[in-house]
Amino acid sequence: MSRAALLVLADGRFPAGGHAHSGGAEAAVHAGRITGAASLEDFCRGRLHTTGLVSAALAASAALGVDPAALDAAADARTPSPALRAAARKLGRQLLRAARATWPGVELDALARRFPKGAHQPVVLGVAARAAGLGPQDAAHCALYESVGGPATATVRLLGLDPFDATAVLARLAPEADRVAEAAVRAAHRVAEEGADALPAASAPLLELLAEAHAARTGRLFAS
Amino acid sequence: MNTAGVRAEAEIRARADGRGGTALPVLESRGPLALRRTRGSGAAAHVTLVGAMSGPHGGDHFTVRADVGPDARLRVGSAAATLALPGQHGGQARQDVRITVAAGGELHWLPEPLISVTGSELAVHTHVDLAPGARLVLREELVLGRTGEDPGRLTSRLTVRVDGRPVLDQELDCGPGAGGGWDGPAVLGGHRAVGQLVVCDPEFTEKPVEPGVPADGLAVLPLTGPAVLVGAVAADALELRGLLNRAPAFFTPGSPASA
Repeated sequence: MSRAALLVLADGRFPAGGHAHSGGAEAAVHAGRITGAASLEDFCRGRLHTTGLVSAALAASAALGVDPAALDAAADARTPSPALRAAARKLGRQLLRAARATWPGVELDALARRFPKGAHQPVVLGVAARAAGLGPQDAAHCALYESVGGPATATVRLLGLDPFDATAVLARLAPEADRVAEAAVRAAHRVAEEGADALPAASAPLLELLAEAHAARTGRLFAS
Repeated sequence: MNTAGVRAEAEIRARADGRGGTALPVLESRGPLALRRTRGSGAAAHVTLVGAMSGPHGGDHFTVRADVGPDARLRVGSAAATLALPGQHGGQARQDVRITVAAGGELHWLPEPLISVTGSELAVHTHVDLAPGARLVLREELVLGRTGEDPGRLTSRLTVRVDGRPVLDQELDCGPGAGGGWDGPAVLGGHRAVGQLVVCDPEFTEKPVEPGVPADGLAVLPLTGPAVLVGAVAADALELRGLLNRAPAFFTPGSPASA
């Protein structure tokens, strides 16, 4: 594995459009459910174990070379909110563009042909990790870090939360993220053997419900 | 001697009787689960699941199968809420529900809520396999604890396939020992009742349902495929039922009530 390539892919400045999304944090702030560092931490912990775990398992499976189309269909079934499916495909399309320019290769080209409107972002992330010479564990960690890094950064902008406090939340969650990454990689190896049904399906009802209301709201700062 | 728990199975097979009605060639139940044919209306057969004992307790394993043939119509309800209870010997209880509906068949699966009692540990998995052209209305209501009580551990997974393709695969894990943050602002946020209505109808292919938020805590979510999920969170079982009852009129006028 290449540690430097992992840093390039995981960097928030990687030009994949993630900064326009809050991972549901804006809707949760609007609903009065995130009000400071403590509730942000609880929000992010919930994301880690639900959508974070699923994304990490999708990314790790794609990094192992599992058929992206099967993973993408499984991602659809695990994302009942049309607003979140649209956001995931948009992010996937943007990531694919950046990844093809960064690590050109046949697998990324094939993915672009198969999904002209974009595949789910974690699936693209896994194929991009593969193209960068990274493994399933790297892909899982990237997906998990994104699942909490986005909300933390967004909350700094939305609530004026102290950036030191937001970063401390991420640091406190790191050991838990490591454990979830291990679970995601174990699931990915099962997926490679048994198929996409072996993917975890952990759901977060409030994320799904609030995402639809958020998509319909005018004057929002983040797309999702 | 088996002290680990009770195994119970129940099976329903519904078939079109060729005269516009629905026959039930198989209606079998063993152990604490009991099935009763109740008065039907029109073309649909009605079956009520009666818990002859309360349960499932820790260590128990219940399996319920329902198979609806071409053009048959079946409605399944339950006599009362199901209580997930702690077992004498501890351990997890399991409940598997396996549903298949053939082309032209229709199933309304409308059980009363599942209540996770303090100290209980239950894993539920509902598998639904629909042929193209099958219709389904499925309601699931989960209540975290009896009034004023902390919930047990409850894991509930619902997998729906149409023509072999997954359209919905969701698992909720809550209570002591569940993944961190389960009661936090991303997952349940203090709500003690969570439920969903899954509606599959081939007509959705022609007439797609619009997503929407008809009320606070309620969302109409069209899935990828001829299916819609109506999801809801509420303070308690009563409020949850009230929310879910508001939903069908938005896209299937009178559907669940008319079966």
